[in-house]
Amino acid sequence: MPEPLHSMTIAELGRRLAAKQASSEEVTRAFVERSRAVEPKVGAFLHRDEDDALAQARAADQRRAAGQTRGPLDGVPIGIKDVVAVKGQPLTCASKILKKFISPYDATVIERLRAAGAVLWGRLNMDEFAMGSSTENSAYQTTSNPWDLSRIPGGSSGGSAAAVAAGEAPAALGSDTGGSIRQPASLCGIVGLKPTYGVVSRYGLVAFASSLDQIGPMTRTTEDAALLLQSFAGHDPRDSTSLKQPVPDYTAALAAPPKPWTIGVPRDFFGAGLDAEVRASIESAIEFYKSRGCKIVDITLPHADLGLPVYYIIATAEASSNLARYDGVRYTHRSPETTDVLNMYFKSRAEGFGPEVKRRIILGTYVLSSGYYDAYYLRAQKVRTLIRRDFENAFQQVDAILTPTAPTAAFKRGEKSDDPLAMYLSDIYTISVNLAGLPGLSLPCGFTKSNLPIGLQLIGRPFAEADLLALGHLFETAHDYHSRRALL
Amino acid sequence: MTIIPGGLCSKIFLMEFEAVIGLEVHVQLKTRSKMFTRAAYRYGEPPNTLTNPTVLALPGTLPVMNAEAIRKSIKVGLMFGCKIAETCKWDRKNYFYPDSPKNYQISQYDQPLCLGGGVEIELPGPSRNIMGAHRVVQLTRIHLEEDVGKLTHFLNDSLVDYNRAGAPLIEIVSEPDMHSPDEVFAYLTTLRTCLIAAGISDCDMEKGQLRCDANISVRPHGETKLGTKVELKNLNSFSGVRNGTEFEIKRQIQCVQKGERIIQETRRWDAQLGLTQSMRSKEQAHDYRYFPDPDLMPVRTTPEQIEKLRAELPELPFDKQRRYLKDWELPYTITSVICPDRELSEYFEATVAVCGQPKAVANYIANDLLRELAAAAPSGESPLTVSQCKITAAALGGLVKIIEAGVISKQIAKDVFLEMFRTGDEAEAIVDRKGLRVQADTGELEKICAEIIAANPKPVEQYKAGKLTAINALKGQVMKQTKGQANPATVDEVLKKLLA
Repeated sequence: MPEPLHSMTIAELGRRLAAKQASSEEVTRAFVERSRAVEPKVGAFLHRDEDDALAQARAADQRRAAGQTRGPLDGVPIGIKDVVAVKGQPLTCASKILKKFISPYDATVIERLRAAGAVLWGRLNMDEFAMGSSTENSAYQTTSNPWDLSRIPGGSSGGSAAAVAAGEAPAALGSDTGGSIRQPASLCGIVGLKPTYGVVSRYGLVAFASSLDQIGPMTRTTEDAALLLQSFAGHDPRDSTSLKQPVPDYTAALAAPPKPWTIGVPRDFFGAGLDAEVRASIESAIEFYKSRGCKIVDITLPHADLGLPVYYIIATAEASSNLARYDGVRYTHRSPETTDVLNMYFKSRAEGFGPEVKRRIILGTYVLSSGYYDAYYLRAQKVRTLIRRDFENAFQQVDAILTPTAPTAAFKRGEKSDDPLAMYLSDIYTISVNLAGLPGLSLPCGFTKSNLPIGLQLIGRPFAEADLLALGHLFETAHDYHSRRALL
Repeated sequence: MTIIPGGLCSKIFLMEFEAVIGLEVHVQLKTRSKMFTRAAYRYGEPPNTLTNPTVLALPGTLPVMNAEAIRKSIKVGLMFGCKIAETCKWDRKNYFYPDSPKNYQISQYDQPLCLGGGVEIELPGPSRNIMGAHRVVQLTRIHLEEDVGKLTHFLNDSLVDYNRAGAPLIEIVSEPDMHSPDEVFAYLTTLRTCLIAAGISDCDMEKGQLRCDANISVRPHGETKLGTKVELKNLNSFSGVRNGTEFEIKRQIQCVQKGERIIQETRRWDAQLGLTQSMRSKEQAHDYRYFPDPDLMPVRTTPEQIEKLRAELPELPFDKQRRYLKDWELPYTITSVICPDRELSEYFEATVAVCGQPKAVANYIANDLLRELAAAAPSGESPLTVSQCKITAAALGGLVKIIEAGVISKQIAKDVFLEMFRTGDEAEAIVDRKGLRVQADTGELEKICAEIIAANPKPVEQYKAGKLTAINALKGQVMKQTKGQANPATVDEVLKKLLA
């Protein structure tokens, strides 16, 4: 049986499109059909506009027929996490408070994806306002892990990861504040890249924690991650935190001959919470790199264990301010019966936000309060600097750092939803990467005995996305974990 | 209702007590776009038309700093001798109110763009034509922030207009360094004059381009500790600032006199009722939870950039006035009319450059030109400005030149000036067109004088009898006959010769 279109990567689809073996309409229809078939089980999408996607596909076919095709993404469907603004489409952030909001504008990454000819396909489920690690904090629906429907897909970009793993989209956009691309990528057996802070424009990405948020690609292969990142990376004058750094040719970096990398392994940071099967997979990945001529070095990140508390101060402080605009005055949910403006704020926000979002707003408000600011926020910023320095020191002697992406494979639905601290621990390896503003790549590196994917994280120097992708590609081409498909 | 003692009584109180006043002045910067987005800002547009996703704080939008606003703010700091910060850093001031779309305002908390400095003011002199004392009011800081929208309240609803939201705004904070409503008025007047002169803002209080809150306390004379301060709001006109502070000072003194405690609170000036009313006490004060805005990177200000901006600053009005008084010995009253108005003083100096007669030009501008500019404006509206005047500086210089050269009489010049004002023509063109040139041909003049002497035997007789002033009657007749074109001095000479 030939491989169905919905199992293919961007690169494979691109080749088929270029060779006119398939039209974009056929490709898009394949994902629409697949989605119709598996969505009742997976629940990755909050919104799908099939007609709109097919119309975009036909436009791509017309371009191709006219010889005006726009490159490797032209006519390829890309799923969009419901936190990135697409003009004319809902932008709910999986929150009730934005239930009726339709974005009147495109995010910069969306403008660039449109310019590359991508078919913007649906709105993907997530933890409300990207706060969570299981997608269980969505106000609308739970998403299941395609490898085991009783398990969560990770989060907050759980919808994006599940859609790609289930063949509902060849690739998707995610956003990562503390691990929200890498952790679900790991749990769903796909590739997820969080770029260096400032490489991708945040204009049109609904802010959770502005100093940590980055948009990144979630794909089946490192090759696809390179293609997708290529289309939207680079300076944007509408985002003051985006950097004027030249964008390298990521795909070309994959094809370059492997270098004698030095890889650092911070074993003392792996900690007691690391699952034995995950540890074994990571160790065999380390062995693999050793066998390919890489030098493996033990390193320490002395302040990395402070990442979690620092993150929950800085991220919540920023969130408490970022989410203040959802107030019932303009476009958000407004409680139907209110007596005055203060009452309108209280009721609209009480009804509109879920419990985890409220928890973080309260936490963030507290740490910024007069009398507590120095003890919490200011202190956390200082520790953040120490964490950044740990990485800087490590990168004096190594080219990349290798860790597990998450301490465990996908956990059961409801397993940690009553214990926020246990939930927060699933981002233990990813969070400090955001605090340091570094790029982090997660790629499949094994499966548990019960057939759950395991992910490997590679952390690089600022702007080392191409290196990370090349290093990931080296592993990927020698293994078949990325090409296994969940049976649905 | 509180009865406020006036007249003599209040003077006695004011002798025993000293008022201490600090001002917080908000000034909207004159920039094409808003502080953190490209949306345009203008006054008086239909509600909610000057918006975009960023102004409305739609999810996902981000601020980008307006560099022109920074440049203008640095200029203000340089004008008043402030220390300019090496980096311009942004903070979020968090509070919920429907006029603030993000429910936080981007402002500067612990690192204002400008620190210290002072504003030179002139207090009222003993009379209108005598210069008053000058002193410097110390500034605390000047920082940059974004304006909020405008709420209109109805019985059950409120409407919000976000046109103004995000407009660039500077807050100029003075030290508690003023002691009378006169000082406050003078301070505000100087600020306005300087900010307009440097092109920072139009400072129209009616349009909210300049807004003022006053912190007022009183204490016994000689006391160095500050009294409990009251923040006074809604001072939305220059007279409101003067009257409001005056009332509040008297109210506080009266309170203290009666042995009452001044409450630390915010009060609102009601211009109609002519009194201040309590708005909220300090207990309701906000915790603004300031923190650095993670969406904006701090911006470095380089010494080169600062020097470039300094070079763009205009001469300050008081410096100009000192120069006019010293170099050109102009009367104080005229300098106090011309110097505060940059456009007018530039016009003045351009005219002087043409004709080299500063006093004559100053008189022409202060008397004739300003009178006609006022008369030409529609009734009830403010006078036209020099830029709206048809007489160019070169043309006015030309007029003064031909008067001084004796080409036309001063009498004729008045009519020529009005004609210039009406048509915008050059003085000489009008003089030639109407044949107004002083007649140099004494032969013709002698003939007319002889005729007048022949026709008026009575004054001739009187003159010859020794009443020398009688010649004026003859002179008047000659001038009438020559339609004013004759040079009065020459007429005098000719008549005397003929009558000798």
